[in-house]
Amino acid sequence: MNELINASLRDISRALTERRLSAVELATLFLERIERLNPTFNAFITVEPDKTLAQARAADARLASGNAGPLVGIPLAYKDIFCTKGMLTSCGSNMLSNFVAPYDAHVVEQLSNAGIVNLGKLNMDEFAMGSSTESSFFGPTKNPWDVTRVPGGSSGGSAAAVAARLAPVALGTDTGGSIRQPAAMCGLTGIKPTYGIVSRYGMVAYASSLDQGGPMAKSAADCALVLNGIAGFDQRDSTSLDRPAEDYTRALGYSIKGLRIGLPREFFADGMDDEVRFAIDEALNVYRSLGAELVQVDLPNSELSVPAYYVVAPAEASSNLSRFDGVRYGYRAPEYRDLGELYSRSRAQGFGAEVKRRIMVGTYVLSHGYYDAYYLKAQKLRRLIAEDFRNAFAHCDVIMGPTSPFVAFPIGAKTDDPVQMYLSDIYTVSTNLAGLPGLSIPCGFGAGNLPVGLQILGPWFDEARMLGIAHQYQQQTDWHLRMPGGVA
Amino acid sequence: MSLTISDVERVAKLARLELSASEGAATVTQLNGILAFVEQLQAVDTTGIEPMTHAVELVQRLRPDFVGETDHRAAFQAIAPETELGLYLVPKVIE
Amino acid sequence: MSMLINGYEVVIGLETHAQLQTQSKIFSGASIAFGAAPNVQACAVDIALPGVLPVLNREAVVCAIKFGLAVGATIAPRSIFARKHYFYPDLPKGYQISQFEAPVVSGGGLDCQVGAGDTAIRKHVRLTRAHLEEDAGKSLHEDFHGRTGIDLNRAGTPLLEIVTEPDMRSSAEAVAYARALHALVRWIGICDGNMQEGSFRCDANVSVRRPGAELGTRREIKNLNSFRFLQQAVDYEIEWQINELEEGRAIQQATVLFDPDTGETRAMRSKEDAHDYRYFPDPDLLPLAISPEWIASVKSGLPELPQSLRHRLVTEYGLSDYDAAILTAQREMADFFLRAVTIAGSTNAKSLANWLQGEVAARLNREEREFDKVPISPEQLAGLVLRIADQTISNSIGRKVFDALWQHSGDSADEIIEKQGFRQITDSVAVERLIDEVLAANVKSVEEFRAGKEKAFNALVGQVMKATKGTANPQQVNALLLAKLKE
Repeated sequence: MNELINASLRDISRALTERRLSAVELATLFLERIERLNPTFNAFITVEPDKTLAQARAADARLASGNAGPLVGIPLAYKDIFCTKGMLTSCGSNMLSNFVAPYDAHVVEQLSNAGIVNLGKLNMDEFAMGSSTESSFFGPTKNPWDVTRVPGGSSGGSAAAVAARLAPVALGTDTGGSIRQPAAMCGLTGIKPTYGIVSRYGMVAYASSLDQGGPMAKSAADCALVLNGIAGFDQRDSTSLDRPAEDYTRALGYSIKGLRIGLPREFFADGMDDEVRFAIDEALNVYRSLGAELVQVDLPNSELSVPAYYVVAPAEASSNLSRFDGVRYGYRAPEYRDLGELYSRSRAQGFGAEVKRRIMVGTYVLSHGYYDAYYLKAQKLRRLIAEDFRNAFAHCDVIMGPTSPFVAFPIGAKTDDPVQMYLSDIYTVSTNLAGLPGLSIPCGFGAGNLPVGLQILGPWFDEARMLGIAHQYQQQTDWHLRMPGGVA
Repeated sequence: MSLTISDVERVAKLARLELSASEGAATVTQLNGILAFVEQLQAVDTTGIEPMTHAVELVQRLRPDFVGETDHRAAFQAIAPETELGLYLVPKVIE
Repeated sequence: MSMLINGYEVVIGLETHAQLQTQSKIFSGASIAFGAAPNVQACAVDIALPGVLPVLNREAVVCAIKFGLAVGATIAPRSIFARKHYFYPDLPKGYQISQFEAPVVSGGGLDCQVGAGDTAIRKHVRLTRAHLEEDAGKSLHEDFHGRTGIDLNRAGTPLLEIVTEPDMRSSAEAVAYARALHALVRWIGICDGNMQEGSFRCDANVSVRRPGAELGTRREIKNLNSFRFLQQAVDYEIEWQINELEEGRAIQQATVLFDPDTGETRAMRSKEDAHDYRYFPDPDLLPLAISPEWIASVKSGLPELPQSLRHRLVTEYGLSDYDAAILTAQREMADFFLRAVTIAGSTNAKSLANWLQGEVAARLNREEREFDKVPISPEQLAGLVLRIADQTISNSIGRKVFDALWQHSGDSADEIIEKQGFRQITDSVAVERLIDEVLAANVKSVEEFRAGKEKAFNALVGQVMKATKGTANPQQVNALLLAKLKE
């Protein structure tokens, strides 16, 4: 069984199609692990074994019919930001702590049709606002590598679940690094696709122009397989890109020879912990040994990506979260004298501190007299940041660097200082501002046996090649197969 | 630019967030910290730069004018705080 | 002519919300049909469930293009949807998707006719812009145990908001503009104009000033859903504002509601907060691109516009300006006229115009029907006018034929004339024979006439007409009878 929890999706799929293993057995295995281990990590918010097993039985029927695709019977868990019909979709918030979604998100529909078995819903920073999964209404998620530390965020539940082998794969969302940073902190592979590749329909919006869903798994190959299941045009999302379907596994055999890897001067300047720098340098050596060429590039505006992000994202969030007013669904304050109090109390009690902070910042930067100085300015910076990448990609094929400047930090270490927390995103937010694809792969361990992530950024629509580049590294190393102690 | 308590109260009112007296002062400090941080943006000359609203440089796709939705009122109102005769109820609104 | 009231000049600008005639909502696939049970036409997007997204209805854009073309405006090659934020229970997202800095239509203008008949004057009103946006739901204030009920069926209904420059100087001008706009949006088929159902509603910005002074502070009267209310509300507001100023009080900018029962306006409580809508471009919607080719194809499908048709009615058909204005006030009437005149010929244009403005309008008015429900066809009316013109029937018989046409559509004027024996008797031998019979039967009258009693002659004419069931030509009867009596 130990083998099974660490097996690749391809191997699991083969065992299922060859009927060496049933989907029900597999689902049961993970449900039992969740029951046993989840209280330690608090990765799941909702688990409904009956529904999971019903889906597993349906998958077995498809498998028995003999023409099942590669995802039939594969168990997967969703960040609790994806609407799942008939199941709590809380977004980690008291505001939605009673919200049983009446519809499925596009990706949930896609994966259900592909035969995926839903293991449950995963913890997250409230409304995806955070870098540590500490802001959840359902309590913080613990890092399986060290339960006194955060798993990163906001998709910390997704990261912890896969790291603790409570699920073979999970979906997360990434608005400023929320897939890549927790993947790095939990020793996983996670990819944020190009904006518009994965439909946002049914994904509760945080910052609409930045949000993008993606898989978090042990390996690049697993991510590629799941990305095949969730990518694709959706007419219900105006920003969904109408492109021909792609096979994201097609470039897994990609040769690194001649690959030009851009190293942004700004990413390797001060600010990165030594242990992180060491692991990244080692990873770059592996690529060099595989025939890659390392070139220096510049992203001159990248240091302003965090302040630009913390104007754009709260502005959009303040708007997106206006719909939570206690009228049609979600939390309603028990006591109010009039409509004004119904609103202000439901919202004050329904939202947590960080969400309220971002709503206030966002409201302020959009308000009369401040729009130009903040919001418009940040949108202009956004263009400069995007242009930096365009210029950099003229000199290299991909960009590499650290995903996070430090390894997982202790729970509570940054909760009192929002700005320190925001700086966790220093290497990741520029990708979202530019709409580019980015992934993180495990590349070693720092002090305390805590994982370090290598970030790979590419031009628009370059996911397949980036996954190939990651996969080649994972053929040479076994960081991605390491498991935290005590979860086996 | 530094926010005062009355600025914060104005913003909280616009955002419909009840702010208790005890939260007010801490919120002023935190928001000023965040705004001081984003103030760095002002250092960059962005003259002539077109603001970037979307991550993709495309134009709006249009939907054919077709009624494809059916009635889901029962399901939608099953999760509503208060309804009657198919209506969502709120405290009396004075126009 | 002086437009001053008590020495004040009135300045009015209108913002009109025209509901667009689409099948589905502007950003969702829910129906916009009127009258459904509460919230059954409010889909996931309309009630703003978490995670839902808007997708723009192509037809709504077509409507905006049509309007832009019809008013000679600029249609933006690229326009932007923005979010306008405010909290209100009938606004599910907490923001309305509208257009702010880059609207789809800018500029243009509209001619309207102020007053009627000979004293009517032409007025040009400049348009600032027209933009696409979504409607909000409805708040029902009747008692639900002291609570308000929210129906979101209307939420997401496509609207074109049409904004004028402050060009109007009286309530009459405001109403004339609103009527002209109402006719135009129906003419080009983008709005059904149903004001009771709220498909066409006006907000009036009213201020007063001393001539030559800066613009006064304006108050906005919301949601006027009839021309009469528009007139009353603006008149009341003008009087109120002048009175305030005369009493030495300054006007405060405000949003007000008109109460048709009291005929007064009052400030809205819900709008007391200073407005800060925090507009920003909607990240869920990309820029709307409209190509010259698209505009050209919409243009080719547009009907002839009222202004051009009005001109043609005067030059080609010799109608008066006033007749032309009346006929082009409604698309259905204009179409009716054009079809009828191709059958009846342009020499009968004036007669057709008279029938339409006279008998047809009066009947519709009496029966409280709109022109689109007119029970006779252009072919029928043309047939009738032709038979009067060629003297097959007289004018008074014409009205009887018209009656019959109105009652039982289907039959042509000729069929009715035949069936009812209305054909005018012009055969003088037949008329003379009838006269002989009448004279023989009314010896007394003949004697009286011969004795110099002129009235007896009229009685004899009446008897002859009666004998012909009115189908004889009265002039002919007069002449023949006189000749007989003088024999």
